[in-house]
Amino acid sequence: MITLAHYIVLGAVLFCIAVAGLFINRKNVIVLLMSIELMLLAVNMNFVAFSRFLGDVSGQVFVFFILTVAAAEAAIGLAILVLLFRNRSTINIADIDSMKG
Amino acid sequence: MNPQTLQLICFYAFAFVTVIAALSVITLKNTVHAVLALVLTFFSSACLWMLLEAEFLALALIVVYVGAVMVLFLFVVMMLDIDQEKMREGFVKFLPVGLIVAVVMLVEMLGLIGVRAMHAQVMGANPAVAAGMSNTAWLGQALYTKFLLPFEIAALILTVGVVAAVALTLRERRDARYESPSQQVKVDPRDRVRIVKMAAVRPPAAPVDDNTPQESRP
Repeated sequence: MITLAHYIVLGAVLFCIAVAGLFINRKNVIVLLMSIELMLLAVNMNFVAFSRFLGDVSGQVFVFFILTVAAAEAAIGLAILVLLFRNRSTINIADIDSMKG
Repeated sequence: MNPQTLQLICFYAFAFVTVIAALSVITLKNTVHAVLALVLTFFSSACLWMLLEAEFLALALIVVYVGAVMVLFLFVVMMLDIDQEKMREGFVKFLPVGLIVAVVMLVEMLGLIGVRAMHAQVMGANPAVAAGMSNTAWLGQALYTKFLLPFEIAALILTVGVVAAVALTLRERRDARYESPSQQVKVDPRDRVRIVKMAAVRPPAAPVDDNTPQESRP
């Protein structure tokens, strides 16, 4: 019997993997963006599980909006990445420190 | 076999694949492989959502994420010439702190969930079926009535995303010459050559001794 806790635990595990990914891939912007996508997926997992558990449609509607915003975010983030690579020839975070005081 | 046991087995199988794929996203050396692992993560998550009978969102996840966002990621990863080795710098250095933060967070979250899980909250009947319609109709009815304004705003956000992405990456190249057809068609000969009518005149006799250079006016 699948309970609510199954899905929440899975969401928590995915979120922690994403946080660990943010820490250990400090140099690669693309993996950082992918870790953020993983975090959003973990949150969506909780939303869908609770929506089903409570019989409330709002949770699934919210997941729909999160998908929309995440798609726009990924598009703009990757566009900025391309622009950065074109101007600096690198996407290494350690090299992108021109705003450092 | 009991269908509920089968569901549980399916859940564990999909959850296992999801977690392994997510782990490989953050540990794989090659970024292209990491993107493909993320595709697998999304796909098995969609399977998990199917188990929850959230069919519309499961398919939307596959169509939107696997079909669009991850392809965009793949494009960018393959387009940019990334030094893979240099990107791995600090992987070992940050591994302990990353692991500690993640594990502590996980333990805290599991502790919070454990308090609730003691009641063993079983998923109830499918609310969409209880309302006498499919999941898509159930979601669509809420989306187009109660959430109409947020829905329109979501459309606006997508438009802003498209415009911003194009505006950011569009560039005018300085190292190449382009011709503008509209300007070429618009050319009028009268703008280029001016024909002046004037009476024929005899050139003045050159002065014998004059230091100042002769002024010539067209």
